[in-house]
Amino acid sequence: MQVPARFEYERADSVPHALELLARYGPEARIVAGGHSLIPMMKLRLAQPEALIDINGLAELGRIAVEGDELAIGALVRHTELLDSTTATDLFPIFRDAERVIADPIVRNRGTVGGSLCQGDPSEDLSAVFSALRARAVIQGAGGQRTVPIRDFHHGPYETAVGPGELLVQLRVPVTAGTGSAYEKVERRVGDWPVAAAGAVVTVRDGVIARAGIGLTAVGAEHFCAPEAESHLEGRPPGGEAFAEAGRIAAEHCDPHADQRGPADYKRHLAAELTRRALVRAAGRI
Amino acid sequence: MRITVSVNGQPYTREVEPRLLLVHFLRDELGLTGTHWGCDTSNCGVCTVRLDGMPVKSCTVLAVMADGHEVTTVEGLERDGELDAVQKGFVECHGLQCGFCTPGMLLTARALLDRVPDPDEGQIREAISGQLCRCTGYENIVRSIRWAAQASLNVAESATEAKS
Repeated sequence: MQVPARFEYERADSVPHALELLARYGPEARIVAGGHSLIPMMKLRLAQPEALIDINGLAELGRIAVEGDELAIGALVRHTELLDSTTATDLFPIFRDAERVIADPIVRNRGTVGGSLCQGDPSEDLSAVFSALRARAVIQGAGGQRTVPIRDFHHGPYETAVGPGELLVQLRVPVTAGTGSAYEKVERRVGDWPVAAAGAVVTVRDGVIARAGIGLTAVGAEHFCAPEAESHLEGRPPGGEAFAEAGRIAAEHCDPHADQRGPADYKRHLAAELTRRALVRAAGRI
Repeated sequence: MRITVSVNGQPYTREVEPRLLLVHFLRDELGLTGTHWGCDTSNCGVCTVRLDGMPVKSCTVLAVMADGHEVTTVEGLERDGELDAVQKGFVECHGLQCGFCTPGMLLTARALLDRVPDPDEGQIREAISGQLCRCTGYENIVRSIRWAAQASLNVAESATEAKS
């Protein structure tokens, strides 16, 4: 039987209240939402926070809406809600592709978008998705809100830009005409973490790629992206050859490690092939 | 801390430690042992219950998080002494062998049919993809859920006919 160590439990009834509780309990307090990363770690005693601050009641963090030229996704949006949101998936089918293969449907009922990003697992899917989309993370602290480009959000495995006393409240995704997106993942079985996965976002203007976003996860890509491969694509007409070369470049610049999910050279092969496939599918959706 | 959780429509107030998991609250505090406790790692899904209608794995939810919320367990599926259609389906189609995964499967099936009254095999398989049957009796589980969907549709159809 796995039992977490003792902790204090508090429910936040607003974002300011959550911040006040974070300040009161100090650096050993943790925010809990879906809890599907944190509670298993607490049960294994890999995490022993002194206090949990439950933000499940903060409905204001659970919304998905288009605001101006951005899609705003609240940190408390559950995976299931993102998967079912046609507002999000019509604009960015990459969300549907990715959410269908994140954990399993019951875990997705509970786990949240913000929790996934804040966990900072180097194999996490949405980190690659938001990186491909060049989203911005809105972080709130006692002094107000600040916005961090998602590619500066992850400082390393399990480390993020969210500082002590701060809370991730929202993700903002730029909406651009002429854009297609897709996600490709190889997993050992349903619900597993990826062996490797790639997301692609392609914006075409006047017959050439105006902007490309490539997100990679589980293959040691810094900030979950592949900037060298993106640069290769920009200014070129979309097509099989350019996409294959972008895949090759992405694979060259990532740094996969061998583990129980496969050897490094296999993961590198996947990085190239999944990048290519995601680009082809993304371009087909424009 | 003192919490009040509505389980199968009945409020239960208990003094619990914040670290108590919902699955143990249901089984050990309330004696509702229909909810099973399996892998303890949110993989197997035998502990699935509905929290405000949504199927969740109760080994990965704290009891205190359910304070003020509605939980439905397998004990709450029966209505006025009559089994739910999904329970009847599992009886009719031999949907269980050892029975360990059955309560979780039943709750997921009920939640699926509430949302999608006439699911195809693919939708059923996807809905139960977070739950393991250690007897590997998936074929009959899928058949049982199809049976329940069909039975409910037949009932709805005859009710409409009776009216007209």
